Amino acid sequence: MNIAQLFDPMFRLPLLTGLIFATLLPMLGMYLRLREEWLAALAFAQVAAAGSLAGTILGFPPQAGALACTCTAAAFKGWIAKTGNNGYALLMITGWAAAILMLANVPIAEHLGHALFDGQLYFTGVAHLVFGGVFLVIVVAILPRLSAKLLLERMFPDFFRASGLSAWRFHLVFDLLVAAGLALATASIGVMGAFGLVFVPSMIAYRIGPSWKGALLVAIAISILAYIASFLLAFMIDQPFGPVLVIVLSSLAVSGYLIQILFRQSAKNQPELVSSKARQET
Amino acid sequence: MDEDALLVAKELSAGYDRPVVGPVSFSVHRGDVIGVRGPNGPGTSTLLNAIAGSARVFSGSVHRRPGVRVSHQQQAALPLDNVPLSGRELLALTGADSRGLPEWIKPLAGKRLDRLSGGQLQFMQIWACLSAPVDIVLLDEPTNNVDPQGVQYLQDQIRTMSPSHAILVISHDRAFLDKISTRTINLSS
Repeated sequence: MNIAQLFDPMFRLPLLTGLIFATLLPMLGMYLRLREEWLAALAFAQVAAAGSLAGTILGFPPQAGALACTCTAAAFKGWIAKTGNNGYALLMITGWAAAILMLANVPIAEHLGHALFDGQLYFTGVAHLVFGGVFLVIVVAILPRLSAKLLLERMFPDFFRASGLSAWRFHLVFDLLVAAGLALATASIGVMGAFGLVFVPSMIAYRIGPSWKGALLVAIAISILAYIASFLLAFMIDQPFGPVLVIVLSSLAVSGYLIQILFRQSAKNQPELVSSKARQET
Repeated sequence: MDEDALLVAKELSAGYDRPVVGPVSFSVHRGDVIGVRGPNGPGTSTLLNAIAGSARVFSGSVHRRPGVRVSHQQQAALPLDNVPLSGRELLALTGADSRGLPEWIKPLAGKRLDRLSGGQLQFMQIWACLSAPVDIVLLDEPTNNVDPQGVQYLQDQIRTMSPSHAILVISHDRAFLDKISTRTINLSS
């Protein structure tokens, strides 16, 4: 393929749509990791895939089906969470099974099904871009207000209760943001691509971020770089975008981990310049 | 209820599966620095947890004046688990003022909390609760892991802020408790 084709409107639209989700998902991933709920993200992504297919079969836009299903799942998340990871795992495999059965039995779902599971970003249209853009504006407006509450609850779990304040409203708003974000992202970049952008950049940022705000920027930067690299690579080697993105993200995570180990090892092997007695005195 | 009281406990008996503290009655006013003494650690911590709403009240009552805000420094370490949060960000969460930090810890306020020593982390945790814009501060073993310089700073800070706040403190450090307390609650096991 010719690289100049990338600037063709046919590819510009998917590139922009994906960029929106590459900015959004790592932010949500940071807070999902904070709440130890990353498995919920994978469950929502699978439910979103099933919802997209169901929506298409019923004659609705796939995004509407995905949004309806994930937001319903989010509304019951409090109940699901009581079962620990079991509830999310059940939701995940049920979403996957429903999607595969629709894919196997309803011809109209086949094309979209492959896009969802292969992560064929190139088939995204104007609707994906518009939904993604509107959602980015909503997240940028709401997340900074939620951020302090989510962090405060994690660090001082009884702060709200001690001051007689209720936490359920901001839990619900955050759950709906995550559900909607994953629904829209899954419909655009596929199940594992969306989950990869939630999971991997936040994992690396947790290790190397200098502070919470710094880690958020690190996660977004890693996500955007990995996304652009994957977009170009998938285009050049003519492979489905989703798996290429996941491989690029996994390679980044593993290389980052190995570099960290090497740095620690070399720091240990440095000759001791200050005697332990002198260090004690300082 | 005593109208000036921020909080009133009446025949309060609290615990988790079963009562481990009480019955005890007391009221809390601005300007109080109350040392909580008892024969066992868990019982005293349970009293603070009952005030904060995280322990079960088996009998009696805890009544807080409407609008009264409470901060609670728990004995357990902050649940960090590699969360990349800096000291300054932690203080901002509770609305605590980082400008009041002592000079020896100020340079560390921008560092990640999981890169601080146990004593430095404990001090940040206490400071986040102590200088938060609240009416009642609950401190559970605040001097644990804190060096003498830090303990002295805490004493001074508690004295400075006590007229406008109420502070309940549990500490195994008798000398610290004697220096800061305006009165004491003695608990039976």
